[in-house]
Amino acid sequence: MPNKKKPSSLSRRQFIKGVSTGVAGTIATTKLARALPIEKLEKAAPPEGHLPLELKVNGKPYQLYVEPQTTLVEVLRNELQLTGTKVSCNHGECGACTVLLDGKAVYSCHILALDAQGKSVTTIEGLLNGEELHPIQKAFIKKDGYQCGFCTPGQIMSTQALLLKNPNPTKEEILDGLSGNLCRCGAYPKIIESVEEAAKVK
Amino acid sequence: MNIIGKREPRVDALGKVTGAAKFADDYNMPHQLYAAVKYAEFPHAEIVSVDTAKAAALSGVQAVLTAKDVPGSNRFGLGGDIRILADDRTRYLGDVVAVVAAESRALAAQAIDLIEVTYKELPAVFHPEEALKEDAPKIHEQGNEIVHHKLRRGNVEQGFAEADFILEHRFTTQAIEHSYIEPEAALAYPDEQDGFVVIGSLQNFYTSHKAIAAALDLPLSKVQIIQSTMGGSFGGKDESATMLAARAALLAQKTGRPVKMLNSREDSIRQSYKRHPYILYYKWGCRYDGSITAMELKAIADGGAYVSMSPFVTWRSVVQATGPYHCPNVKTDLYAAFTNNNFTGAMRGFGSPQVNFAIESMMDELAEQVGKSPLAVRLLNGFETGSVTATGQRLNHEVSLKHALLEAASASYYGKKWAENRLTKNKSNPIRKGIGISCAYRGVSLGAEGVDAASAVVYIQPDGSVNVSSGIIDMGQGAQTAMSQIVAEVLGINLNRLRFLQPDSGRVADSGPTVASRGTIMGGGAAKIAAENVRAVMEKTLREMTEQEQADFLFENEEIFLKKGNGKGKRVAGFDEVVARCYAKGRPLFASGVRHIAETNWDEETGQGDAYFTYVYGANVAEVEVDTETGRVDVTKFYSVHDVGRAINRSMVEGQIYGGVAMGMGYGIMEEFIQEEGQAKTLNFDEYYIPTALDVPYMKAIILENPDAKGPFGAKSIGEPALEMAAPAIANAIFNATGKRILNLPANLEEVLLGKKLRRKTPRASVSCKIGPL
Repeated sequence: MPNKKKPSSLSRRQFIKGVSTGVAGTIATTKLARALPIEKLEKAAPPEGHLPLELKVNGKPYQLYVEPQTTLVEVLRNELQLTGTKVSCNHGECGACTVLLDGKAVYSCHILALDAQGKSVTTIEGLLNGEELHPIQKAFIKKDGYQCGFCTPGQIMSTQALLLKNPNPTKEEILDGLSGNLCRCGAYPKIIESVEEAAKVK
Repeated sequence: MNIIGKREPRVDALGKVTGAAKFADDYNMPHQLYAAVKYAEFPHAEIVSVDTAKAAALSGVQAVLTAKDVPGSNRFGLGGDIRILADDRTRYLGDVVAVVAAESRALAAQAIDLIEVTYKELPAVFHPEEALKEDAPKIHEQGNEIVHHKLRRGNVEQGFAEADFILEHRFTTQAIEHSYIEPEAALAYPDEQDGFVVIGSLQNFYTSHKAIAAALDLPLSKVQIIQSTMGGSFGGKDESATMLAARAALLAQKTGRPVKMLNSREDSIRQSYKRHPYILYYKWGCRYDGSITAMELKAIADGGAYVSMSPFVTWRSVVQATGPYHCPNVKTDLYAAFTNNNFTGAMRGFGSPQVNFAIESMMDELAEQVGKSPLAVRLLNGFETGSVTATGQRLNHEVSLKHALLEAASASYYGKKWAENRLTKNKSNPIRKGIGISCAYRGVSLGAEGVDAASAVVYIQPDGSVNVSSGIIDMGQGAQTAMSQIVAEVLGINLNRLRFLQPDSGRVADSGPTVASRGTIMGGGAAKIAAENVRAVMEKTLREMTEQEQADFLFENEEIFLKKGNGKGKRVAGFDEVVARCYAKGRPLFASGVRHIAETNWDEETGQGDAYFTYVYGANVAEVEVDTETGRVDVTKFYSVHDVGRAINRSMVEGQIYGGVAMGMGYGIMEEFIQEEGQAKTLNFDEYYIPTALDVPYMKAIILENPDAKGPFGAKSIGEPALEMAAPAIANAIFNATGKRILNLPANLEEVLLGKKLRRKTPRASVSCKIGPL
């Protein structure tokens, strides 16, 4: 029975409950074996043309085999099923695939997975802290910093990179920091307000 | 009002900020195949034969389909002419001749290269005016004229005779790519019985449903369309997304396996339809006092390869081609023509951005000629309550055009800046400042285009929580939140009781398309009726509880009170308690609502009639800085005033306004989908520029509210009005800064500096090298 709490107090718990039944049945992978930790793969020979890759994603170490032309976003979405990171132009132009690589924002469509060798990747999924939304996520909800939501993971990751480097950015620095993320809905003014809000709260 | 008008967070907010929202390409299934397409190799050619043997023989390829493999109808769309797979001919380079399903994307792409097509090349035509000439190559059997809409009012010859002078210009507008950040994607799979399910990013899934079921030769009931979260659409994910979803479904039917089809950005831009480019001839008879005696208007739209929405897009143009201005004598002819370019169809604005650019530029010219301010001529000629439009419709609602104009002018100090900029025109600084104004009116919803009805369902669960669904879909504009707020208002409950369920083809009755800025007025209207229907059941129970047969009730803050006059009387019960009583009495709280408005009429011959059941009004002011040495235009400030009837959610209305201005600014100064000999030259965002955070100006959104009797709580529209008058405000600001009239959009460097467009001859990177699979 819903209580009288304000909608903005929705917790992640409430939210996860809501979505889990709807989509669980449809998520699966065709290539799970290649995403398993390497100890389990050792018995099998690496697939032809594949090279070993070790990287940390959202704090968790992974070892897998990838083809050399595989991009980082392909590993994240297809191998690790982290579909929060989006592909839009696949061309290093739009920023929908922005993730953090050792704390810096990168276009994950424009970087080979093997170039992330030994590095630490943070995706939108890595911003949640257990039940708690990240302050940037809260700020985007509060300031309505999105419309369709497709570019939003990228916008939020760019914000995270910006605030890590510069916790108190000026408006110009925010515009500059977010200028690599296209939003066709044109939610820019509210995205900028969200970043300002996040900087204030942090 | 409890919740109407509040800045409530979106009901779908959490998924969008955590990455949990599932867009079409985020769905995958075990045993899934991947699809790829074989493109037309000529913009106009007869398909002599297609040899798929080598492709089919490739290990890992599960199906190769051509048009002859389609069990049902291969053609769909308004004109019934869009081919899911090209059959007789190719008509533009985005046509698809064959599709492949294979175990991986790479394999599918490899198989595509093994398909051999023999063509007989036909002469092609790429310009709509050339296409309408008698000796032009015919693209379809019926000839190249898709439609010719007419409007005849008064007597233009007489009107021109009464004029003091004639104002005449030719304008052109460019094709625009929707550029939804999420490219089209669909996952089709056999269901547990003998039907199919398609999960897709589809703007008008009822239309897609019909086309896909017809292609599979299955009844509608056996094809289920599930609407995934949509990553933008702007009118764009109609036929283009349907083609992709239908191809995936055909492959799923052939293979009996799930098939994923995903457009790369290049696929998306190559295949999809665009906003119509127009050529507009405007001739006005004017008086020295600034009034208009006659308008003779002709416009030709490039419809591209297929009919798509051309008849409706140009119909809106013919209704709105004279703007919100009095004119007793009007003759308008609107044509759309087939060419071998990408077909053109619905895009935010839908036939209004083109004519608004012409009208509002003409109005500025008129001001210049008669020595008045652009604001003054608009106030002189603009509509008021009771005015009669060019189609002969009397506007009986609150016509707030002049209010909007005055708000925009006063917020921006328009008059002062306009005069100052003119005086400082000849200073030595190459950067010149300018300010421009525009206004427009817009028919709400579909109008006399067709049946206008939408449905919604409201289900109050036994525990008092509520599910809402509607056939109007959310593509980012916030329809789910707006409809949830409307339901919560009717039931007097908090928004967090509500859960909006994504519509699918079996959940809510056909609601027509989510277009024409009709989401809130029609879908919200349906949601309100559904909520009222379910409340009526609760009221029946309440009358029994209070033993007052004639009582009326007030639903507020999760409690129900007796109504006392217009005020609040004694508390009767809590919301949950009444819900429990209803269920105890065997009265489940489930209801649907249908909003149907049929108050429009139209005469095709004269273009006279009540075109739309109501209208919205708005005004824009743009401030620019123009570098007169390079032609660069920097839009610095933008004021956008709109009468939305009632703002259901102020924050989302502002969002629509900001987004519309950004997109309208792109239309005004940066964006152009370029084709040369039918070949798309702007295939990705490195060549097709859309505004970034650094490009958009400071924006001020001003919301006016004159509630309309037709809308839920008085709400009307904002999605398209927000965009449709932005470009001419910028063009008029450029004139104020430089004295140069922009006649061709976009006002990019070339246009501003040279007054014409330069074209590259050498191929760009994305077309000179082959584009691989994702």
